[in-house]
Amino acid sequence: MSTATTHDDHHHGAPSGIMRWITTTNHKDIGTLYLWFAFINLLIGGAMAMVIRAELFQPGMQVVDPNFFNMMTTMHGLIMIFGAVMPGFVGLANWQIPMMIGAPDMALPRMNNWSFWILPFAAIMLIAPMFTGGAFLDGQGPAFGWTMYAPLSLQYDKLSFFIFAVHMLGFSSIMGAINIIATILNMRAPGMTLMKMPLFVWTWFITAFLLIAVMPVLAGAVTMLLTDKYFGTSFFAAAGGGDPVMFQHVFWFFGHPEVYIMILPAFGVVSQIIPTFARKPLFGYSSMVYATASIAFLSFIVWAHHMFTVGMPVAGELYFMYATVMIAVPTAVKVFNWMATMWRGSMTFETPMLWAIAFVFLFSLGGFTGLMMGIAPADMQYHDTYFIVAHFHYVLVTGAVFSIIAAVYYWLPKWTGHMVNETHGKIHFWWSTISVNVLFFPQHFIGLAGMPRRIPDYSVQFADWNMVSSIGGFAFGLAQVYFLFVLIKTIKGGEKATDQVWEGAEGLEWTIPSPAPYHTFETAPTVK
Amino acid sequence: MSSSNGGYYLPQPSHWPIVGSIGMFLLLGGFGIFLGGGSAIGMYLGAVVLIIMLFGWFGTVINESVSGKYNDQVDMSFRWSMGWFIFSEVMFFAAFFGALFYARMWAVPWLGGAGNNVMTNELLWSGFDAAWPTNGPGEVGGPFEIMGAWGIPAINTLILLTSGVTLTWSHWGLKKNDRTQMILGLMATVALGVLFLGLQAYEYIHAYQDLNLKLTSGMYGSTFFLLTGFHGLHVTLGATMLLIILLRSMKGHFSEHNHFAFEAVAWYWHFVDVVWLGLFVFVYWLI
Repeated sequence: MSTATTHDDHHHGAPSGIMRWITTTNHKDIGTLYLWFAFINLLIGGAMAMVIRAELFQPGMQVVDPNFFNMMTTMHGLIMIFGAVMPGFVGLANWQIPMMIGAPDMALPRMNNWSFWILPFAAIMLIAPMFTGGAFLDGQGPAFGWTMYAPLSLQYDKLSFFIFAVHMLGFSSIMGAINIIATILNMRAPGMTLMKMPLFVWTWFITAFLLIAVMPVLAGAVTMLLTDKYFGTSFFAAAGGGDPVMFQHVFWFFGHPEVYIMILPAFGVVSQIIPTFARKPLFGYSSMVYATASIAFLSFIVWAHHMFTVGMPVAGELYFMYATVMIAVPTAVKVFNWMATMWRGSMTFETPMLWAIAFVFLFSLGGFTGLMMGIAPADMQYHDTYFIVAHFHYVLVTGAVFSIIAAVYYWLPKWTGHMVNETHGKIHFWWSTISVNVLFFPQHFIGLAGMPRRIPDYSVQFADWNMVSSIGGFAFGLAQVYFLFVLIKTIKGGEKATDQVWEGAEGLEWTIPSPAPYHTFETAPTVK
Repeated sequence: MSSSNGGYYLPQPSHWPIVGSIGMFLLLGGFGIFLGGGSAIGMYLGAVVLIIMLFGWFGTVINESVSGKYNDQVDMSFRWSMGWFIFSEVMFFAAFFGALFYARMWAVPWLGGAGNNVMTNELLWSGFDAAWPTNGPGEVGGPFEIMGAWGIPAINTLILLTSGVTLTWSHWGLKKNDRTQMILGLMATVALGVLFLGLQAYEYIHAYQDLNLKLTSGMYGSTFFLLTGFHGLHVTLGATMLLIILLRSMKGHFSEHNHFAFEAVAWYWHFVDVVWLGLFVFVYWLI
């Protein structure tokens, strides 16, 4: 079995201090870098959300001017997607995949380093234009929405930096995904057959294929923007035989799989945590794998449900509606499997389990509103209202972000060697879960009542629920600052964690010491 | 020192990735400044840094490989990675082919009044008769002539297909340890690649000077030049890699059992070849 030798943490001649982090080829170091990068971006993107909620606290214009507001919604979306959620999951993958399949490291450690170290430069490229052009509040950052639709985005005069930032982010994601695929296909310990892999590994494996398939398409889409803007092509100009709607098609061919890129690893995390605290094996393991693969496949053929109101032939509307609603089937398989795993389990409710259960409940809620919008004629009413904002924040915040937080609470003892103070963890959980619902639930109401998204002012009839939502927003934002406190406290000290950490935990990562030694599984374990 | 991780080679900390990031940042940031009307110096500097990084990084990998640090498992990691990298390239081209098909199948016919778009045509673009190739109802870029398929493009198709054969012949030479055949085959492949690029450059000059077919010639010009242009860039990259493989072959780097770099470049070359066939059919021929 596991022969995790407690190696000396330092190689002779290896760089120390900051150079250790810049030049590292160790999957744990790189995972840590990714996770801190994600957390910093969560706070930056969160601060932007606070500006948005402050402006929307009351009707009328009070805090920022409209262009700055648009810049906040744009940058909030981009930073949360490309800066927080995606790097957060890659950080988890880096730490966990080698330990969960019994590999000594990622397959290509140097490329792994590059995947990370492109990100800070891409972030600078993306954010820097905000600080140009005189005073901060009239900064010239992108303000055309994270979806960068042509022709609006083509009017932005610093578009080139935005496009190159997207290229760099894509480059990093593709290299990261290739590394994950090579690691999973090639580095598994003897006996770790594909259908024995932990579900977190499986969901990341499938996610990596999605990334490789769609990030290049996004690169193509922004390249067409670049040539339309600077080199006189006509891809998105009707006068030249092009079509602005075509941008939306190419963009959402990337964009829809992208939302599964942000949720499939979350499914994996939850599928690890629930069996541990229900003390039962995951119900329907193989159906989970097939459901994940089915969702991934369907994600490629439903993109135009983001565009029901743009003007498509009726046959197109019908096709995309039926295909979209089909996704409910494999997703329901997963939700029912999680419930069946908990059924008659010896459940305990430690912090990671609370987050995982909240994920199942609140993600499903976001999924249901998704079904509502999948119905083309109904979507005509919901389109571009706060209803959609409520929908995708339920799946992305209480879905993706909650699962990342759950994963951090679940694996933090393995990473740091210290147990998280349960009281602190639970305070963070209840504070976040209550405030996030105060924040997003009322947005369903104001959306159905007709409040449009991405507009800094609104009719007085929406005032009450907007104020409630803003209060929830500030509370939720503050809760994540508290999370920083919990993290630092756990890293610095706390009750010593055992190797297994959680009573019901199973899998290779729980057979090695806590904290995990710098090098693990240098000799591959044998999986029975 | 490197740890002996059950035989799997794990590299020491490396400074090449951060050099690559800085190079990429300078290149793209500099390009952005240049496009905004500023100096191009950052762009050139970035290109130099990236080239230094490529030589340094690949040099390290080659040294590790030649000194026998890699085993079959490492080799397999490289194979999976190269394969999926090529797939990502396929998807990059798919975006542009998608744009071409969308324009030909939907966007242009709709501007001409197809489907329920009669009034679009009547009110916005009255008199526009939708037919491919087109520079749109605004006749962007002025009248142009199309690039015929059976001149240079057909010759270029033959050249690329032949280069696929010479490369395979070279690979056979490598596998039966016939170094002369391997090197001659590689030389022929590189030469055919360069010839292809020369003809492509000639075709571009012809398009600009005689046909008034430009990047700015509406949707036809956009798709024509972006698709053939990105393909040309990939041929340039492929030919450069083949040249490096040729130089390495002459130095005796490859053996009949250990020559992944050769095969990776060969895969890449065949991928470029297949993309060209798609271009020939949908950009040049079926119009």
